[in-house]
Amino acid sequence: MNVLEIEALSKDYRGVPALNSVSLTVKKGEFVAIIGRSGAGKSTLLRCINRLVEPSTGRIRVDNIEVTSLRGKGLRGLRTRVGMIFQHSNLVPRLTVIENVLHGRLGFKKTWAGLLGLYSLSEKQRAMDLLVHLGLEGQAHQRCDRLSGGQKQRVGIARALIQDPHLILCDEPIASLDPASAKVIMDELRRICDEQGITIVVNLHQVEVAVKYADRIVGIRAGQVEFNDAPKDLKKKIIASIYGQNHEDLLVEGVEE
Amino acid sequence: MTRRVEQVFRDRNLMLWGLLVTLAVVVWLSALITEFDFGDGLASFPRALGWLVANFVPNQRALNNLPSILNRLGETVVVSVMATVLAALLAFGLALLGSRTTRPHPLFTPVVRAIGSLGRNIPVVAWAMIFLLAFGQTFVTGLLALLLESVGFLTRSFLEITDETAAEPVEGLRATGAGWGTVVAQAVVPTLLPSLTSWMLFMLETNIRSATLVGLLTGTGIGFSFDLYYKSLNYPSAALVTICIVVVVLVLEALSNALRKVIL
Repeated sequence: MNVLEIEALSKDYRGVPALNSVSLTVKKGEFVAIIGRSGAGKSTLLRCINRLVEPSTGRIRVDNIEVTSLRGKGLRGLRTRVGMIFQHSNLVPRLTVIENVLHGRLGFKKTWAGLLGLYSLSEKQRAMDLLVHLGLEGQAHQRCDRLSGGQKQRVGIARALIQDPHLILCDEPIASLDPASAKVIMDELRRICDEQGITIVVNLHQVEVAVKYADRIVGIRAGQVEFNDAPKDLKKKIIASIYGQNHEDLLVEGVEE
Repeated sequence: MTRRVEQVFRDRNLMLWGLLVTLAVVVWLSALITEFDFGDGLASFPRALGWLVANFVPNQRALNNLPSILNRLGETVVVSVMATVLAALLAFGLALLGSRTTRPHPLFTPVVRAIGSLGRNIPVVAWAMIFLLAFGQTFVTGLLALLLESVGFLTRSFLEITDETAAEPVEGLRATGAGWGTVVAQAVVPTLLPSLTSWMLFMLETNIRSATLVGLLTGTGIGFSFDLYYKSLNYPSAALVTICIVVVVLVLEALSNALRKVIL
């Protein structure tokens, strides 16, 4: 079963093309990594899926529901089913860790409960369980602006998980982290995929991380899909064409010639 | 290559010197036009100070006026606080409509910016004169003048801090499916609270100073007291009024600094 189906998706910003007829399907429980240069359109592609960016043309279906025409309640419903993790975590810095985790429930709330931030006991219990699971129970009542980058990213993961999403989109989740924290985050994403069957689509800078963790790699160059296959088929020549460089000029290890 | 680099640095130095020379010429020309003599200007400082020390000192008679002065000062503070709080609420609403991160539609931004510049670029005294015609010498005139100036100033600052600091939390919450009001209440307000408060307190200090000036025109508050004593040549009482204003502004500054510490 396909969780995500993208057909001929294009997006331009005031005439400047960012995505050019991208088609892509992702099966339930798959771990897909999207690689490409900065500015290739990875972020735009991800943000079109939950409509943080409005697509120009093309179709996107999540759980077989067409999302490009959704508005209001329907759009909010889509976003509750799709979790998102950002490069800079995008938490509310002055609120506590547990408050930020509970924000993942806001999409399910009636207006007044959302405005006042009223959460049920079971939601709070669930948030606490997630923090325990992610090793953050000690920081539950600390403000997020006092956390390290890796800790913030784990709070971001908890905020996405409390939505019970079918799909999690990750936009450069480890680009601002040190290698040790990056490994913790990638291991966690892989585990979420394996143990809970949640589909993961992740934008990555580092080719070797994509090769190590993903079931499938999608290479994007100048808004177009250049490669879409298993990591083992990603050869150095293909990487070079995705990044538009000679492969001697790229810092990539663990990939066949 | 090195010649190119040298050229860049020489150009930059030339620009700096050009700017300084232009400034000097502008100052010299304006002095010429206004027939201002720098020597005379400097020489008059000691004389002015001497006059201040001799005449502008509160005496026993002035202290008898203290209750009425404090009363008037109270009026001024109340009007300033009202204008500032109302302006902050309006400006926050406008900033939400105009900011890139929270606006309902891109067309709102230029409209909000225009409202901001209109309020800000017409001086508070001009606003007071305009409302004087409509409302006469009442405190409403002063309140509206301060309100418009503050809305203009605060809208601009609120808009900028919303653009700068709220973008990421807002995106994070939008992605969870939260509605517009919820995003504002749960992401924008908590993120911006310290800077919003800071700007509001700054505006309050400014407004108490401006209110004095506006009071001169509208015949209300502490500005009226000052005008009254000054024109009846009661300099000791006018001096007492000035001291009272300074004390209030200083106390307010101390209070707002304390408040900022608590909120941050």
